[in-house]
Amino acid sequence: MIGYLIKRLLLAVLVLWLVSLLVFVGTEILPGDVAQLALGQFATPESVATLRTELGLDQPAALRYLDWLFGILQGDWGQSITTKTPVADMLSQRIGNTVLLAGTTTLIATPLAICIGLLLSLGTGGWLDRLGSITILGLSATPEFLIATLAVLLFAVKLYWFPAVAYLSPGASWQDTARALFLPVATLVIVVTAQIARMTRAIISNLLGQPFAEMAMLKGVPRYKIVSQHALIMAVGPLANVVALNVAYLVSGVVVVETVFAYPGLARLMVDAVQARDMPVVQACAMVFGAVYVILILLADTLADLFDPFLTTSRKATGQ
Amino acid sequence: MTTKPDLAPLPRQRPSLTLWFSFGVLGAFVFIAVFSPWLVPFDPTEFVTDLPFQAGNGASILGSDYLGRDLFSRLIAGTSLTLLMGLGATLLAHLVGDTLGMLVALRGGWLDVVLCRIVDVALSLPKIIVGLVVVAALGSSITTLVVVTGLIYSASVFRVARALGRDLVGQDFMRVARMRGEGPVWLLFGEMLPHVVRPLAADFAIRMSFAILFMSSLSFLGLGVQPPLADWGALVRENLQGLGGGSLAPIYPALAIALVSIALNLFVDVLGERNDAAELSK
Repeated sequence: MIGYLIKRLLLAVLVLWLVSLLVFVGTEILPGDVAQLALGQFATPESVATLRTELGLDQPAALRYLDWLFGILQGDWGQSITTKTPVADMLSQRIGNTVLLAGTTTLIATPLAICIGLLLSLGTGGWLDRLGSITILGLSATPEFLIATLAVLLFAVKLYWFPAVAYLSPGASWQDTARALFLPVATLVIVVTAQIARMTRAIISNLLGQPFAEMAMLKGVPRYKIVSQHALIMAVGPLANVVALNVAYLVSGVVVVETVFAYPGLARLMVDAVQARDMPVVQACAMVFGAVYVILILLADTLADLFDPFLTTSRKATGQ
Repeated sequence: MTTKPDLAPLPRQRPSLTLWFSFGVLGAFVFIAVFSPWLVPFDPTEFVTDLPFQAGNGASILGSDYLGRDLFSRLIAGTSLTLLMGLGATLLAHLVGDTLGMLVALRGGWLDVVLCRIVDVALSLPKIIVGLVVVAALGSSITTLVVVTGLIYSASVFRVARALGRDLVGQDFMRVARMRGEGPVWLLFGEMLPHVVRPLAADFAIRMSFAILFMSSLSFLGLGVQPPLADWGALVRENLQGLGGGSLAPIYPALAIALVSIALNLFVDVLGERNDAAELSK
């Protein structure tokens, strides 16, 4: 068991290293000259040369990569080209806000979605069941910015219930923070809930077609009991996977939602940095998002394996 | 026994309401995209009024945009751009993903191992972050956008195609074909392809909805299609400032994206070929 977890962990480290390589190659080698890009096309050759030395661009790429990697490992993420402040400071200001947004969304959406998914799989194909599935399908195919703009129009512009811009001031009371968070969180909850609910339903109906469920049906066990007792336990593994993947999916949702609501989070920092071509900030943000994603997916895979009744026994038997 | 493997008889069904809806929406948008030069009431780049965010009236159905251009005309002009970009990216994704996926399913060996590892790493990064990094590095042009989106999604398509291919390789008709001494080209396109057309077509539709959503998101962030051109995502962005004044201008293009995406999803649902594994790797 412990050996298996260690293997997983080593795999995660390996993937993270590959991610860092990809991010570095993508941002350092593709664009040609970062210094030229940062200063614009009207910069004098002298100023470009100065900035190049300042950024260490006259060093070979492999050396710069190692420098960058060891810097990250020691908490030194480099310096922003546009604001000249350390990237680590910029990150630490924003990460908390994004974690607050994503965390609140996950806490609300996950139980809600699993309940809705289970309710939908209780039905046996009546019109209510069909209506529910089509609504869920429609919502999961809707872009975040439609839901976000509709929410702003209705609740901020017409009804004045919530602010349209989610500005978090440091000393604000928790009521103000909650009000500011409401619309962005609501938008994300709608999108994520629809996704998880649909997959929950797919997983359960897949299980209901299997022999053990048919057996229970033939014995006359009521459908709600088959769903809640027989199928749900089998579904824990795949469900853990779905939830983790959807938290990862939050990454793209968060990018859009933070932009709509001018929310001071990490994703907006990254979008702004991409627009300004501030490469150290882009690299840092990409690394953070990439790392979160990799860790969540590996966590999900591990959970799914741990809860898989067939895999665990064989793994225990072989001692893997 | 017939020489061809028998397909299971499909249950005879009347086309459902959802199928009609999805065909109707997709057909209407394709019609608009094809005939857009004749459908626009105004030049999409000309100013029709000095006032931004005017409500709709007789001549200008949806009113004016943030600069006083006709929103309806811009929406129609954006249709072909949005759909063509989505189609181009999806075609590229399937061309690359299907060919490589089926090939390694047939061949196996070191190429299989190498490609699978590459795809694993590619899929272990959030797509939008990959898109942002590439746009930061290369700048955004429509070609870059389509090629990058196509390549990003080819990794997911590769997985689907490989899984479908592997299911076929061990079957009797493939062994027979191999023993007949058929070459890899015939094995791929003559023997395997007919069996996977339906699931791959379903994947194409669902992938196209992802690609449209993905590129719209980039445009919405201001990192996709650049002005004066505008796809639907860029139209949402341009007109977002009007929301504070209660203008519906950003809602219409967002609604158009949602409609196309929902129609494509419903189509796949009705086809009954929804692949949950593919869905998870979105």
